[in-house]
Amino acid sequence: MTMLPEASAIKLGLVIDLDICVGCQACVVNCKEWNTTGYGAPLADENAYGAAPMGAWLNRVHAYEAGEGEASRTVHFPKSCLHCEEAPCVTVCPTGASFKRAEDGIVLVNEDWCIGCGLCAWSCPYGARELDPAEGVMKKCTLCVDRIYNDNLPEEDRQPACVRTCPTNARHFGDLGDPNSEVSLLVAARSGVDLMPEQGTKPVNKYLPPRPRRAVDEAPVSLVAMAEAETPTGFWKWVDTTLERIG
Amino acid sequence: MRPAWSIIFFTTMSGLGLGLAGWIVIGLLPLMSREAVIGVGVITLVLIGAGLISSTFHLGHPERAWRALSQWRSSWLSREGVLAVIVMAGLAGWFFAGYSGTIVPMWANLVLLVLIYLTVYATSMIYASLKTVARWYHPLTPICYLMFAAAGGLLATLAMLALLGLPITAALAQAGIVLMLSAWGVKIAWWRLAGMARHAGTVESATGLGELGAVRPLMPPHTEENYLQHEMGFVVARKHADKLRMIALGLGGVLPIAVLFLAPASAAALGFAVAAHVAGMFVERWLFFAEAKHVVTLYYEGAA
Repeated sequence: MTMLPEASAIKLGLVIDLDICVGCQACVVNCKEWNTTGYGAPLADENAYGAAPMGAWLNRVHAYEAGEGEASRTVHFPKSCLHCEEAPCVTVCPTGASFKRAEDGIVLVNEDWCIGCGLCAWSCPYGARELDPAEGVMKKCTLCVDRIYNDNLPEEDRQPACVRTCPTNARHFGDLGDPNSEVSLLVAARSGVDLMPEQGTKPVNKYLPPRPRRAVDEAPVSLVAMAEAETPTGFWKWVDTTLERIG
Repeated sequence: MRPAWSIIFFTTMSGLGLGLAGWIVIGLLPLMSREAVIGVGVITLVLIGAGLISSTFHLGHPERAWRALSQWRSSWLSREGVLAVIVMAGLAGWFFAGYSGTIVPMWANLVLLVLIYLTVYATSMIYASLKTVARWYHPLTPICYLMFAAAGGLLATLAMLALLGLPITAALAQAGIVLMLSAWGVKIAWWRLAGMARHAGTVESATGLGELGAVRPLMPPHTEENYLQHEMGFVVARKHADKLRMIALGLGGVLPIAVLFLAPASAAALGFAVAAHVAGMFVERWLFFAEAKHVVTLYYEGAA
């Protein structure tokens, strides 16, 4: 049913720390690896070694440059489904394949019902959905629904593949509906933001902006001065002149 | 947005067929013989039906298209499908009544008329309800679709009248001109007004990095074009938009109006006018998609 459910008390989602993401793409790769064998159809990779590879990915990392001059910085920017509270991709779906779970707010696609019309991808401002070129059904982040509730996995693995694999801990998973959860406290402490709030989608996932850069008050060390040869004295002067003489 | 031919064909042909049906059910085209009923009925239903069937060609799973009739409570695409099926069934019944000589009560004609225009409205709302495409998310978008259905439908009705050897009054030809002029008037207003519509969002709001200053895309997340760029970042049309608009207006509006002025009784001339109008509408619909830019391009180009 593509009517949105009543707002759930539990709002599972991700908190992504743009301050420490290094753009290593490990989350992208682990996401693809897990999800190509997990929920739903495999994620296609067409013409993978050809001139124009085409494939479906549920998580992609952009890079931006923000600010001007010395104050500017490079920000790596992972982007996947934000599991919006007012998910437009759910209500536009004509078949009921796109749905938001009442129990935890995860937005999923029932791939057996999806007709591959692409309208949900058109309705998503974030570009979180990609039509699988081989299967003809819409693919999107499942928040690794087949990991987080999976009793067959050790407890530490019961989190989304992208979160589990992130080497810098830039990704956090939890219940953003609970104001006292670790992720909610993190969002409050770091003034986490919604992406494109003007679209009215009320994303559950939050992004933590880069921390303000520390001011540098001492002048930078001169590399040129360091490279200049010192004139040796005492014993080293003797070694120097002796070796010169031999040479 | 990438223009899919099946969708362009669908909105153009179904729009024309529904417009024609609208004028037929209110009695503008008297169907005196059983042959006329069958001929006109088949043409009308084929126009609407062919459009609908073609719209399933762009689907990843056309065999599941029937499922699209289920979510009418929230989805304009689903509503469009449901309404189109009801209208097709209603029209089939209407033509059958004409064939068997049954008088259709006026209220039933009016109900059918309302359903016909609701179907066109639902088609337009598939696009006009998308907040992510600023150019479509405009109050004039549905008006364009409704006006073109009415104007194109009347033009087709006049061509049918001439084909059946029935008289076309001067008032009817003038109505055709006025309607066609108004439809293109609304479209030109849409080109100007909706064309200026911009997303409230910026690459700063899209990334949440505005605090740091201006944001510029530095590296894309992949080396080749992906589904999103292929689907939402179509650029060919914008280069030639002005020329294509003139072609659409010339074929879809100026030529039919000229025919209605000069030869409003000639079946051949009116047939030509309908063909020109359809060709113009193809260009207009192609531009409707091709010129539209999706807000997700903020992430890729830093502008939308």
